[in-house]
Amino acid sequence: MIDLIKQYWQPFLWGSPNHISGLAMTLWLTIASCVMGFGFALPLSVARAAGPSWLRRSIWVFTFLFRGTPLYVQLLIVYSAIYGLDFVRNTPGLGSFFKDALNCTILAFTVNTCAYTTELLAGAVKATPRGEVEAARSLGLAGINLYLRIVLPSALRRALPAYSNEVILMLHATTLASTATVPDILKVARDANADYYLPFPAFGIAAILYACLSVTFISLFRKAEQKWLKHLSTT
Amino acid sequence: MAEASVHDMSFMNKLAVENIHKRYGTTEVLKGVSLAARPGEVISILGSSGSGKSTFLRCINLLEQPNQGAIWLDDQEIKLRLGKHGMLRAENQRALQQLRTKVAMVFQSFNLWSHLNVLQNIIEAPVHVKKVPKPDAIAKARANLAKVGLSSEVEKKYPAQLSGGQQQRVAIARALTMDPEVMLFDEPTSALDPELVGEVLKVIQALATEGRTMIIVTHEINFARHVSHRVVFLSEGKIEEEGPPGEVLEQPKSERLVQFLSGTRWHTAT
Repeated sequence: MIDLIKQYWQPFLWGSPNHISGLAMTLWLTIASCVMGFGFALPLSVARAAGPSWLRRSIWVFTFLFRGTPLYVQLLIVYSAIYGLDFVRNTPGLGSFFKDALNCTILAFTVNTCAYTTELLAGAVKATPRGEVEAARSLGLAGINLYLRIVLPSALRRALPAYSNEVILMLHATTLASTATVPDILKVARDANADYYLPFPAFGIAAILYACLSVTFISLFRKAEQKWLKHLSTT
Repeated sequence: MAEASVHDMSFMNKLAVENIHKRYGTTEVLKGVSLAARPGEVISILGSSGSGKSTFLRCINLLEQPNQGAIWLDDQEIKLRLGKHGMLRAENQRALQQLRTKVAMVFQSFNLWSHLNVLQNIIEAPVHVKKVPKPDAIAKARANLAKVGLSSEVEKKYPAQLSGGQQQRVAIARALTMDPEVMLFDEPTSALDPELVGEVLKVIQALATEGRTMIIVTHEINFARHVSHRVVFLSEGKIEEEGPPGEVLEQPKSERLVQFLSGTRWHTAT
């Protein structure tokens, strides 16, 4: 076990400059997909809550597709099936993009968390108190201004506890990346186990690292809630 | 109160609405209501619940879209066009914004933005709609907070940390900081505990003496009698009776108004 740790502690944490792995890779997968997913979800959620009906319906179809199927299947389609298409392989930009496992994984994760986040934020937008929106209108706020100044700041605060949940779930879902050869924490653990046949230390270390990441994210979100949700306290 | 001065003013109306009709489905809530307010005039609208008085008030700043009617501000007609479902809407965003920055509204349920503190609530629209420089807006906000009788200690508080009476006074300060030419009050004390009604009425009464045009939907008859130049009694979507408070409230002519007045509690303003 000491040998396993000696050989694998660095791959478990960050790997090497030209081969990022382990904790650093898991962190990158989580943050990249959550940041991009959130960025796309923001306009989609407003359109889903307040857009014209054709747009609301098309966004619903998108979120249903990606929330109604397993992330693993989505990853397999993006990573294996799309690259199998002739025209993708033969289009220079597309071919090299989909050839790369990390690109495919981040794309699948981004779209998946985007779908969940869209529904989550759309619910928060719809739950904006009617009277507060009316007050904003009565004072001349309208259109984009109304959403940027009043509706979204209020909705994002409301969505914060649920969104922290989504990020933790996403962190745990990144373990699927190891099936697409991306060297995240779990992939390193599998390699270590294959080398030493010591499943308890190998996967135990992985579990501890994931737990540390969860605790970090949770405490960051708790800090954010203290800052952004202080208007809910009555004292 | 100050009735003579109103009649001395020019023929110009500050605000006029004409022949407002509003239907919900097949129910007609407003059956052609017209009202003109001269500059500085304070008008109270009375009526039992369901008489359409709140709907009428909300049609004035187009929070509610009437099916028919016209609105003038400073004798300039607000351009309306027929939109979806046969309802009138402002012809363009600019016309609507102009109307709303000049006509401010105070709601029954305060409707402060719960995620913003008191000061942020007050300066939001002046800074982001009227483009008033932030320091100026803050100075004005503080002056108006003082005017509604709140100390600077409440500035940093959130709406949930205030009493109903304080919230409504902040809402009045928020409306005032837009420097509106007309203020609409939609049952401003109806959601308040009885012991808090007085503090809000006192603030409105003080504003009424400042020469700002105000239209107040209220159940507080005694208050209406003291502050308004004119009282309008709305019943079943039509104006049943209107005139100076002394006449309308003391010698009501219509059967309905007599009935209404006998069934209402009489609060005092202070």
